[in-house]
Amino acid sequence: MNGSSSAITVGSGPASQEPKVAGRQWRLPVDFLFHQLTVFAAFLAAAALFATVIAIAYDSRISIRAFGLWRFLISSEWNPVTQTFGAFPFIVGTLVSSAIAMILAVPVSFGVAVFIAEIAPGWIKRPVAGAIELLAAIPSIVYGLWGLLVFAPVFSQIEPWISQYLGAIPGIGLLFQGPPVGIGMLTAGIVLAIMILPYISSIMRDVFIAVPPALRESAYAMGATTWEVAWNIVLPYTRSAVIGGVFLGLGRALGETMAVTFVIGNSNALSASLLMPGATIPSVLANEFTEATTPLYLSSLIYLGLLLIAVTLVVQVLAVLLVRRLGRREGTAT
Amino acid sequence: MSKNSKLRFISMLCAGVLALGIVTFCSFGQSTSGTITGAGSTWVYPLVAKWSAAYESQTGMKINYQSIGSGGGIAQIKAGTVAFGASDMPLKPDDLKAAGLIQFPTAVAGEDLVYNLPGINPGQIILSGPVVADIYLAKIKKWNDPAIAKLNPDLKLPGVDITVVHRSDGSGTTFTFADYLSKVSPEWKDKVGANTSLAWPTGVGGKGNEGVASYVQRIPGSIGYVEYAYILEGRLSWARMVNADGKVVSPSLKGFQDASAHVNWSKAQDFYVILTDHAGADTWPISGCTWQILRKNAPEATNKDVMKFFDWGFEHGQQMAESISFGPLPASTVKAIKSYWKNQLGYSL
Repeated sequence: MNGSSSAITVGSGPASQEPKVAGRQWRLPVDFLFHQLTVFAAFLAAAALFATVIAIAYDSRISIRAFGLWRFLISSEWNPVTQTFGAFPFIVGTLVSSAIAMILAVPVSFGVAVFIAEIAPGWIKRPVAGAIELLAAIPSIVYGLWGLLVFAPVFSQIEPWISQYLGAIPGIGLLFQGPPVGIGMLTAGIVLAIMILPYISSIMRDVFIAVPPALRESAYAMGATTWEVAWNIVLPYTRSAVIGGVFLGLGRALGETMAVTFVIGNSNALSASLLMPGATIPSVLANEFTEATTPLYLSSLIYLGLLLIAVTLVVQVLAVLLVRRLGRREGTAT
Repeated sequence: MSKNSKLRFISMLCAGVLALGIVTFCSFGQSTSGTITGAGSTWVYPLVAKWSAAYESQTGMKINYQSIGSGGGIAQIKAGTVAFGASDMPLKPDDLKAAGLIQFPTAVAGEDLVYNLPGINPGQIILSGPVVADIYLAKIKKWNDPAIAKLNPDLKLPGVDITVVHRSDGSGTTFTFADYLSKVSPEWKDKVGANTSLAWPTGVGGKGNEGVASYVQRIPGSIGYVEYAYILEGRLSWARMVNADGKVVSPSLKGFQDASAHVNWSKAQDFYVILTDHAGADTWPISGCTWQILRKNAPEATNKDVMKFFDWGFEHGQQMAESISFGPLPASTVKAIKSYWKNQLGYSL
């Protein structure tokens, strides 16, 4: 309570008053520190990624030396007994299961987002949106167990129907033949679709809601239907964000481990039919990592991990290119 | 009044911190002096956990076992970060020598085939090694195949397709199973071989015994292999097998022990013997074993702690082992282990 009540040091509570500080005011350089902290955080994230990639690449050196890149990529023999390792079935499995998930999840997510943003009355918006976001909070092991114990038995009742009708179609019929076991590539794709749905739909919904009302209202004023507004006004306006959301979902589908391991059937053999068991890169890692006893075996598994990073990177780059190309076309069109 | 309560709060806080400190200090002190660390096989984990709880209450020695898988266990013992490693697949004598390791068996166990055939009761069906190999090679595709019918003349087998179920994760159960098939089927040995994970010619893979069990329970016409403990649960139909002596046997702890009793352990270098397909009228053909690995150049005190623990388990842990479907090692095997320790390490307990 003496004179210099203006000397308040940042960080100390209002209760503690420093009677001694009277001369030059020293302030904690908050802005500077915060700036440094953000730089550090950003650098740390990037460094962690690079360090991971380098460590993984280093640990896969034994396998790289033994099989090279090309042979490892196109060989479909994965045989721990003979110590011959090829990644082809798992790369295909990863891409196919994710593709099934995208084919199913993207249209449904679009429907959900349009419903919430355009159609649903206010009182139903929140519960529906909340329920869908809750799907994202379920741990993936629960999806796996649900897929194995609940969904697969039901699906195995539907599968004979699928192979009877879809399997009879020449050409694509090949995709739908096989024993009705209830597990396999298609089951994995469906479970993945449910898992990535909340990610895609919540991003879509957020950007749909953010579309300026003026645009929407002018379209309605000109007599456009809800579908026309959603498809011709809202979607083009939010295109790059929607694609971003779709690829976020894809990234998650590519890397999903536990749920896929439970329902994909885990067969290293490549099969044309989606009803047959398969395997993905993450599922093989989850299955075989603990008992990989030889250095070459372990190294080949780590090499698979490196390939998964590469696959994800390629997908991300494609996404960026796609967004750019769409943007450019838009630019020339107008 | 308020000052008083504040004081009391602070004194309580101090007491709490002090107590916490003492507890931490004590447990730390204990963990440095009386703990054995081990890592490896998930399969042997229930046994080590059971033994170690009883051992700790009797001797105060703690066993910190991490079931990270055989691959991890071997890597950890090689690196010297643990006192013992556990593996479901024995290391070859040459590999042991190169890495300066020794290994010895812990307990015997077994596994059996389970199936889902409506109308056929547990233990009713009889299978033989070559037939099982042909089923897993996808050469026998239907349950009413003549090869199966020949073994079961009294059963009316349905003409349903066989769905083969195997383990998807690397596992000692798979190793034991594949080793057995390699012994009874030259074609299996040639085309597939034995390891903890395989390039399976056919079938779907379930994760863990539980995964295989749930597939078999659900898919009509399926066949799979699971550990003995899952047979005892009683929700799966299990098969009887024809053993090396040509006798039809049911799985039992006695059958697993008989397999071990018919091995001349003192002759087998580094206990590199797999218990499948051994002689003996009551021997169960798909018997297995799990191994502990020690480092030769580890401090003598560390190795002795581990040896004491397992020696205690061999002697006093037999009932505990049986209660969780592990067969204790026969006395002759334990004797062979003790002389192996002395030969390899130059000291005994």
